[in-house]
Amino acid sequence: MSADPFADRPVPMPRGRRSTELAMLVFALAVVLLAYCAASLGLSGKLPSGPLLYIVVFAVLMLAAHLAVRRYAPHADPLMLPLAALLNGLGIVMIYRLQESGRNGNPGNQVAGLLTSATQTQLLWTGVGIVALVAVLVLISELRVLQRYTYTMGALGLVLLAIPALLPSSHSTVNGAKVWIIFGGFSIEPGEFARLALAVFFAGYLVAKRDVLALAGRRVLGIDLPRARDLGPVLIAWAATLLILIFETDIGTAALFFGMFIAMLYIATQRVSWLLIGVLLFLFGTWVTANLFHHVMERFTVWLHPFAGSNPTGIAYQPVQALEGLAFGGLFGTGLGHGQPYYTPLVQSDFIFSAFGEELGLVGVMAMLLVFGLLVQRGLRAALAVNDPFAKLLIGGLSFVLALQVFVIVGGISGLIPLTGVTTPFLSQGGSSLVASWILVGLLVRASDTARKPAPQPIQDEGMTQVVRAA
Amino acid sequence: MNALELTLIRIGFLAVLWLFVIAAIGVVRTDLFGPAAARRKRARVPRPQPVTAPVSKSRPTRSRGPNQLLVTAGSLAGTSLGLTDQQITIGRANDATLVLSDDYASTRHARLFPQDGQWLVEDLGSTNGTYLDRQKVTRPTPVPVGVPIRIGKTVLELRR
Repeated sequence: MSADPFADRPVPMPRGRRSTELAMLVFALAVVLLAYCAASLGLSGKLPSGPLLYIVVFAVLMLAAHLAVRRYAPHADPLMLPLAALLNGLGIVMIYRLQESGRNGNPGNQVAGLLTSATQTQLLWTGVGIVALVAVLVLISELRVLQRYTYTMGALGLVLLAIPALLPSSHSTVNGAKVWIIFGGFSIEPGEFARLALAVFFAGYLVAKRDVLALAGRRVLGIDLPRARDLGPVLIAWAATLLILIFETDIGTAALFFGMFIAMLYIATQRVSWLLIGVLLFLFGTWVTANLFHHVMERFTVWLHPFAGSNPTGIAYQPVQALEGLAFGGLFGTGLGHGQPYYTPLVQSDFIFSAFGEELGLVGVMAMLLVFGLLVQRGLRAALAVNDPFAKLLIGGLSFVLALQVFVIVGGISGLIPLTGVTTPFLSQGGSSLVASWILVGLLVRASDTARKPAPQPIQDEGMTQVVRAA
Repeated sequence: MNALELTLIRIGFLAVLWLFVIAAIGVVRTDLFGPAAARRKRARVPRPQPVTAPVSKSRPTRSRGPNQLLVTAGSLAGTSLGLTDQQITIGRANDATLVLSDDYASTRHARLFPQDGQWLVEDLGSTNGTYLDRQKVTRPTPVPVGVPIRIGKTVLELRR
């Protein structure tokens, strides 16, 4: 990185920072415990008695993750795990709070679709997520090894994406979104994992092709236009996302995939023209689908005219409830357990951010967005520092898509952009999203460990030369 | 529970949440600049001159001449090196100042060195040659600021 004022001084770069990580993790767990107590006090006026076990189990899981990082990625970034742990913990507290509303003499309605075991299930999925994180750290000693599976991962990703479209509705559709695989009482959302697999594919593909994509082509009006035949992969990605849109009625996922691919193209080639082409293609695709399909057009109507006519009680009921929740929360929120988030349908999954907005207010929500922002920043930082171009692209793309996902859902809830159903990473109820998010953290931790590992001591030529690691 | 206690819990939790964010930012800061104690120490103690460094009489005047070498293209694009009065060796060798991972670069490809207040580039017998702008470098040649030096797929520039 350039313009470092200490470039020529020996900066004591702290490398193994596991004790910092532990301290921050304990801090995060303390915040979660406090939130849990506050929620319980707010609901029933009593401190939690029995279910304090939830927090103990959560703390044990997170400390296990810390020990795994200590063992398998000793040089990793000290913030990634605590940030993710805080978000996951706050999500569990909010699910507990929603689960309890209307039950055991607490005020409010019962949230439809939340069983009395919702918190336990979420905790169980957290456990699975931590196991996945540890598995990533143990199995992938360097991100580079993933490059071998470029096309395998691409095929896997497309298959995972396509399965719900091919399954009959009874095994794939929940609340109108055909993105699930449902068998028995068990359901997973394969798109969450497809995103990780396709990120590996894009990164491997672009590392191989980036020179062609960047260098060939003409310059028109100060913009480097790529050659027509190099547009092929972008057009294929675009077509694939449109097909997802059409068959699975899932605009959010389509936007995430396309955004991820364009961002990775941009990182690989450093050509602004790809951003322009991507945005234009996306706008065109959205315009076409909005005119072809009623349900896409409806999203725009809800976005632009949520309060018009019968919309607040009709098609815009859910987003209007969320907006009213945010307004009710105001600057400092109602306090955990004191709001009425149960009025918003599906508040536990897609709309969980509006529940936080209502009970923690703008001040609390800003802090949470900053935590997301810091996680993304640490990811991008690792991408900058890591040497291997494949890992750089993969981590850059995944960090970006994490930011994009938060933007899409929070922007949708707050009415900035049309609402599309994507999960809020770490917070929403749902196992697939949580496990995929923890795998993502595993990849970020692995990348930062590789980036910060001290270089093997080179043989010095008596001060005449200095070895500079490519930053 | 009275209203005061409720408000205290509400605001207290938000304060703790923000404290966490601030602590996290503090960790980021330490990562960038090193621990606070070391930072103060560096500021107090002037940097000792490297003992083995040859003291050049014709030290390049820092106000006029270039002060950094920037990689503008290639796999290291964006990397910059501060220019001191020591030579910079470029190549794939591990002991080079700028280690290239470029198939078109030689192990000891070229060197940049200061002489009489300007920087010169010299090809060290590389296979694919070193180019200053479009000209192949055959003997030590002065490098003006901002003129690209091409080594394999890597492009370097002196910046002021």
